[in-house]
Amino acid sequence: MKPAPFEYHAPTTTEEALSLLAEHGYDAKILAGGQSLIPMMNFRLVQPAILVDLNNIPDLAYINPGDDGGLRLGSMTRHHQVETSPLVAERAPLIHETMPKIAYPQVRSRGTFGGSISHADPSAELVALSVALDGNFRLRNRDGERWTPAREFFVGLFTTVLEPNELLVEASLPPMPPHSGWSLKEVARRPHDFALIGVAAVVTLDEKGLCQQARMVLISAGDVPMVAHKAVELLKGQAPTAEAIKAAAEVAATEDIDPSSDIHATAEFRRHLANVLSRRALEQAFQRAAENK
Amino acid sequence: MIKKFIGKRVMRNEDPRLLTGQAQFVDDVEIPGMLHAAFLRSDYAHARLLSIDVSAARQHPGVVAVFTAEDMGDDWFPGPPLVSPPPTAKDVTFHSRRQVPLVKDKVRHAGEAIAVVIAESRYIAEDAVEDILVEFEPLEAVVDLEKALEVNSVLVHDDLESNLAAQMFQQKGDYEAARQQADLVIQRRIVIERGAAAAMENRGIVAHWDAKSQHLTIWDTTQAPIPIRNGTAARLGLSEHQVRVIAPFIGGGFGPKIMMFYAEELVIPWAAKKLNRPVKWIEDRRENFYATTQERGQVHDVEIALSRDGHILGLKDNFLHDTGAYDPYGLTIPLNTQSHDMGGYDIKNYSSEFKVVFTNKTIVTPVRGAGRPQGIFVIERMMDAAAKELGMDAVEIRKRNLIPPEAFPYEHKIIDQAFAPLIFDSGNYKAVVDKALDMIGYDKFVKEEQPHLRVDGKYVGIAIAPFVETTGVGPYEGARVTVEASGKINVATGIGTQGQGHFTSFAQIVAEQLGVEVNDVRIVTGDTTEFHWGTGTFASRGAVVAGNAVHAASSIVRKKILKLASKVLEAPEDELELEDGQVRVADIPQKSVSLGELAVLANPLRGAVEPGTEPGLESTAYFGPQYGATAFGTHAMILEVDPETMMIKIRRYVTVEDCGTVLNPLILEGQIHGGVSMGLGNAYYEKLHFDENGQLLNASFADYLVVSATEMPRIEVGHLETRSTLNELGAKGVGEAGAIPVPALFAQALENAFHDRKLEILEMPLSPNRLFELLNEEKSR
Repeated sequence: MKPAPFEYHAPTTTEEALSLLAEHGYDAKILAGGQSLIPMMNFRLVQPAILVDLNNIPDLAYINPGDDGGLRLGSMTRHHQVETSPLVAERAPLIHETMPKIAYPQVRSRGTFGGSISHADPSAELVALSVALDGNFRLRNRDGERWTPAREFFVGLFTTVLEPNELLVEASLPPMPPHSGWSLKEVARRPHDFALIGVAAVVTLDEKGLCQQARMVLISAGDVPMVAHKAVELLKGQAPTAEAIKAAAEVAATEDIDPSSDIHATAEFRRHLANVLSRRALEQAFQRAAENK
Repeated sequence: MIKKFIGKRVMRNEDPRLLTGQAQFVDDVEIPGMLHAAFLRSDYAHARLLSIDVSAARQHPGVVAVFTAEDMGDDWFPGPPLVSPPPTAKDVTFHSRRQVPLVKDKVRHAGEAIAVVIAESRYIAEDAVEDILVEFEPLEAVVDLEKALEVNSVLVHDDLESNLAAQMFQQKGDYEAARQQADLVIQRRIVIERGAAAAMENRGIVAHWDAKSQHLTIWDTTQAPIPIRNGTAARLGLSEHQVRVIAPFIGGGFGPKIMMFYAEELVIPWAAKKLNRPVKWIEDRRENFYATTQERGQVHDVEIALSRDGHILGLKDNFLHDTGAYDPYGLTIPLNTQSHDMGGYDIKNYSSEFKVVFTNKTIVTPVRGAGRPQGIFVIERMMDAAAKELGMDAVEIRKRNLIPPEAFPYEHKIIDQAFAPLIFDSGNYKAVVDKALDMIGYDKFVKEEQPHLRVDGKYVGIAIAPFVETTGVGPYEGARVTVEASGKINVATGIGTQGQGHFTSFAQIVAEQLGVEVNDVRIVTGDTTEFHWGTGTFASRGAVVAGNAVHAASSIVRKKILKLASKVLEAPEDELELEDGQVRVADIPQKSVSLGELAVLANPLRGAVEPGTEPGLESTAYFGPQYGATAFGTHAMILEVDPETMMIKIRRYVTVEDCGTVLNPLILEGQIHGGVSMGLGNAYYEKLHFDENGQLLNASFADYLVVSATEMPRIEVGHLETRSTLNELGAKGVGEAGAIPVPALFAQALENAFHDRKLEILEMPLSPNRLFELLNEEKSR
């Protein structure tokens, strides 16, 4: 299990990295924390001709407060930094609570926020959370930059809108509105495994205690992070009663997702788990929203 | 004699080296000029090999050689049969088909080696493997055990009439007569699937041929260095004294590393000699999933006959056993299954026929447990089914059938894996069950706690599973104990060591005899130059067989010490005592001589030696048991399951072991912990998923779920000691015990947890998904 030969570049500035990408295009692969790419290279499932290593670019690793009350995360910020950041705990409690569920400490000490997002694994927690929190990504190439909402960023299995010459440099996560609650529920064979199914929910209550807004995104439930549009439509403007939640969870599991079967779980079991976890996630999220008045 | 060292929680001598990275493993071996090997392995499980073109690979820069079966010429022949069929048993069919160094005509499992590239680095070798062109004619794969035996099945070995590798029948008493008298007869089909041993260290070999000294040195992750030395010498036409095999520290054996010879063990030493260059091959994890042996696949059709009061009148178990593409290990595993089919119960009538089946899957040889977990799973599942049918308590029905203490030695009328009559030498089975019940608080839980939990909607089950473990089989092991001039003791034994703590437990045995500290005893294992008689570390036999050889040799050295000291100190032997590395006259402690001084006196540079004496304070001794010592124990568990997600939480886990004399409880508990982790894997996590083409779908640790720290419960270990009558130490083995009853226990606990559902578990390993399916089947019935 040794990788095929490749040419290795270790730029020290973002500009240098972007010009390497401009030069090599599809031949180049970006190395961030390497927690997915390196095993895939060792299995020779990917054989990039050129590797552009971002680990020597200190400017890409930061956690800053956003002007909107949210967060700005540099793409090379390690999971461990996110996990232990007081600023993240305060401004994005859903992220803070989820971090320990991502793999295990060794992976989190090396893996990066931007690496996980760019890899676009539908089983990855941060991929789903970025959509649930309505985040935005800043993508740069040698000639400029653009912003893309997370909900439009993931277009297929391991596929994003990133062009070969583009680099995800920053994620912006807006604050949750007042009277919001959140939850992340997942089931994994072992705590550090990819989830068989996961559910991230963010809900906001109005003055009367009715559901003003809700976003629910399911992990490992399709080729991309699966947004439960139909389920949350049922909840909007409604009182979050046990019956309403139950009905929404049912719809999420049957109509909003497209899970597949593998050796760990059949699609049927995944739908069952999606139902159970959607219910539990919504219950907890509404509970928290009620407490956050 | 008050024991000073045996039975004490002595910290392990080897741990400082292991924990600080100072221990030598095979991959640590570096030799100037060393080359690296990579194998081309088949992607197909079953295919005819039409042609191989290695010309491009040979041209690859950095490649030194590429070899195929053809290149091996007359040196190409299959591995030796490891275990022959029982010579005495009647009605045995056995077709011996053994693994080959490199495939010649037909690939019989995915991952079988076809060619080897030897290059300046492993990277280059792997690059060049991709340059080899092979033309295959894919064949239908034989995967399912029952279909494999159908008349029109494709054949794994074309020269045989069917895929039947072996067949054997054993019986005790008269099952059919017992069945006639039974009040209740229960039939079940039980399916057990394959797992991997998944040792932390994969296999590896370094072979170094020194043409000038005409000497071959091999570092090998083997559990059996001496047989590897002997076999390699024979294959390469060398004297056994021209070959040295070193099995250094090894990161886990668990059985697959006693397979001899693996294809790589046939090829790498041959290539090193041919090229006159040292060659290293280190198995990677993906190779390990395909090329290292596996176990557990069996299908049982079981029938148990009982009286109304829950006494077992008879047991019938006909089963299929998956041996994979070849059967080098003979009948060891299915014989072990038969030996454990009756558990620790007094069953007078037994009938069992097994059929061993060739399939296009990785070769099967013993993996920790080696057929025993299957036997225990079968009988324990039947006990639970019987308890339910009879409306009896799960514990009561077991106690009613356990072999009583006065019945030992208890003779089954069948043969065991060593072809010896199956005899349980000693035991007190009820005592371990009672102790386990007590430790887990069975009555209190069932009567007081469980009803409340059920009212609260919690699914929490309790289970208790007794088991036996045949251990410490022959033929023999040996040891040499030497007192050195420093006063320290050197011990050499032929078995290999893979984490069992031999450097400590053997040292304790010696320290006990010779009155030295445990860390004054240096142990050498697994180096054929140091000791060259023996078989290996397997079948939970190291402590029993090699341990007793160490004990015997140190007893003789003790006698030599006393004899010499008696002369030196001018005192009778019975007034001498050995302590703190000194021999003292009991009542005159100032009158003493050190072991070091005695060692020098025993090996003088000048002067006459009395005729008939040997120099030095040294002895070599051997131990071969009459038959294996049978250990036993009971595990108990309280298990919570989320009835919606099927996720589990083990609330309590209790084991009670009786493996005779305990040498070191710390090491014993480590063995139990490791065994339980593998058992839990067999129960709920670790399954090798082969598809209908014989392709393994989870050949990585991302998808093959080894039990890790996060799944392990805290284990409460209790000990009882019923000495074995078969050896002086009174010891029995315990290496596999931890793994044996876990799947049976797990199934029982799940059924007990789902008290309001008609769940019956007749398969292992389970998974959350499979449990969900079983519960749905019950619903729709």
